[in-house]
Amino acid sequence: MTTTHTTLSHLRRFLLTGIVALPIALSISSHALSAPPTEEVNTTGLAVTDDTVQVGILHSLTGTMAISETGSVEAEQLAIEQINAQGGVLGRQIEPIIEDGASDWPTFADRTRKLLTQDNVPAIFGAWTSASRKAMLPVLERENGLLYYPTFYEGLEESPNVIYTGQEATQQILAGINWAWNEQGARTFYLIGSDYIWPRTSMKIARIHIEEVLGGEVLGEDYAPLGHTSFGSNINRIRLRKPDVIFAAVVGGSNVAWFRQLNAAGINADNQTLLTISVTEDEVLGIGGENVEGFYSSMKYFQSLDNENNAAFVEAFKERWGEDSVIGDVSQAAYLGPWLWKAGVEKAGSFDVDAVSAAMADIELTTAPEGYVQVHPNRHLWSKTRIGRWNEDGQATVVWESDLVEPNPFPEGYQ
Amino acid sequence: MSGFSTQELLAIFAMQGFAGVSFFSVLLLMALGLAIIYGQMRVINMAHGEFMVIGAYATYLCSITLGALPGMTDYYLFFAIPIAFGSAFLVGYVVEIALIRHLYHRPLDTLLATWGLALIMQQGFRSAFGAREVSVLVPDWLRGSYRPTMMIDIPLNGIAILVLTLLVTLGVWWFLYRSRWGLRVRCTTANRDMSGAVGINTKRVDRVTFALGCGIAGIAGAAFTTISSTGPTSGSLYIVDTFLVVVFGGAGSLVGTIASAFSIAQAQSLMEFFLGSSMAKVLTLLTVIGILLLRPEGLVASKVRR
Repeated sequence: MTTTHTTLSHLRRFLLTGIVALPIALSISSHALSAPPTEEVNTTGLAVTDDTVQVGILHSLTGTMAISETGSVEAEQLAIEQINAQGGVLGRQIEPIIEDGASDWPTFADRTRKLLTQDNVPAIFGAWTSASRKAMLPVLERENGLLYYPTFYEGLEESPNVIYTGQEATQQILAGINWAWNEQGARTFYLIGSDYIWPRTSMKIARIHIEEVLGGEVLGEDYAPLGHTSFGSNINRIRLRKPDVIFAAVVGGSNVAWFRQLNAAGINADNQTLLTISVTEDEVLGIGGENVEGFYSSMKYFQSLDNENNAAFVEAFKERWGEDSVIGDVSQAAYLGPWLWKAGVEKAGSFDVDAVSAAMADIELTTAPEGYVQVHPNRHLWSKTRIGRWNEDGQATVVWESDLVEPNPFPEGYQ
Repeated sequence: MSGFSTQELLAIFAMQGFAGVSFFSVLLLMALGLAIIYGQMRVINMAHGEFMVIGAYATYLCSITLGALPGMTDYYLFFAIPIAFGSAFLVGYVVEIALIRHLYHRPLDTLLATWGLALIMQQGFRSAFGAREVSVLVPDWLRGSYRPTMMIDIPLNGIAILVLTLLVTLGVWWFLYRSRWGLRVRCTTANRDMSGAVGINTKRVDRVTFALGCGIAGIAGAAFTTISSTGPTSGSLYIVDTFLVVVFGGAGSLVGTIASAFSIAQAQSLMEFFLGSSMAKVLTLLTVIGILLLRPEGLVASKVRR
């Protein structure tokens, strides 16, 4: 298996190098003149030459997480190609080195070490699950790498070697619950999630916010093992409690079973409000639009967002990866990674990790598909939270939008 | 539980009862194929989940071809289920010839070999169907619920899987205990050498038994893909529960498998209702381990070849 993967990634790398080599050959003469000399922008022996810079993309291309991470790889590649077409970063074309984390956390650590010590890349775009990020973190900190991490996650982390381009828990959850409280008049909640760190932490925050900040009531809190597909009993528990809102964070294959069984049990948007923090356009593909129709998701990005940046992004994404492709919240956050890194490098005037890392704070991006984002000194993004109502066609209608929410990875009183 | 009318409690009680029965039919359907293979042949088939996935993908293919034809959306499942059985049966037949028959006297090696087979099959699915999960068209008559009273909702897909499980179980019972083939299978299980001596082609019996177990896994896969979605690694989600049912029931006994699936499903769904899913799973596993310590042969012990 390992040999196959390595061969495949070599092949992929070879092909990609081929794809980007052509424009480089055409543009060398013009850029070499304007680009600052390599010894000035690269003082730490990174993979930067006079006209190229290599970066790492590290996601699961195989294994159980490949389902979720494929969209992120596609978005990051698209961003890199677009940056290259605009002339690259400091006059250098970006060459991605794509590695496979294989849904295996030690492999993520191992590939990170390879990217940082053999390839000497100045930035890595990657990781998806918290488990893979946690596995990469010690390597990143020891070898001084820089990771752009796209997934919405549980917070409680702030590393000088990571830029978090997805939302941390409070941004997604508090705004979502406030919406249900204010706009839907919800006073009682039922919390249900898969049984691992992200839903557990999220529900803890949700419970404290509902009970202590808003003064509402949590009627029940339920966790299903990962891969659980029989939700009959859970649904009966919910039915008995009659909550105003079901607040859900079920993931993976369980998510499909959960929504289908909810529907089969006669619980739908006509008689129940449901708000989830784990369903994006990617998940709806598997669940089926008819099973989530009328339910709500709390996310910072929906493919249907109506603004110029997003229209251009969606068009480019479909042109590059096929008309049928859908773009979820995490894919959009992954797309921001290379752009934020480019802005950081240009602000620092250097590819050196310490310089870029220090320059990241307060960087703004006005071209983000989600709208305006800004990097907070705590290395998370200021972003808006949206509530989308799902339609049968698998797209969401945005029904509510917050102001820019400050990221707060260590929320006081919520831990 | 105060503040509820008797009527409401009765309704919940009825629906909870059905949730247990529904989970029972899911467990039984998963375990039947393995019960045949493990029980009759003592082959530990770690690739059992992958044979389910073959059935699931066969159903998916039917869904996008047959199901897309006008007027067929409601009925394609009736064709998909035999096709799922057939494709898993065929693959099982080939696997027996290529791999399993060389390992009958080395149970630990079969475990390793079928685990390797499972990995190969997973990668095969990924190459053929992509890493993303797929889901099938669910016909209208399988969606929604049956409402005998205003307060009771019985999911239709649960009823459908229950009926399918009953049919398959009856079929397996008939095959094993009422047909000539079943007689030969049971003979071979009881005493291979004697069966050979009286003219039973034991190799052929092995092949068909193994393929049949795989085929039934295919049917289970076809049914589950209407509940959940299907991805290359979905099979690994089912394998643990499947083994639990078979081992707890006592290998080689159809009655044992049914009793085991029923008790595990009822216990778990009842505990789920009061304690939540994760705690229910923990308690179920502890109970099963406890009972297996007292009765190592499982609920219903039977004579099988060693």
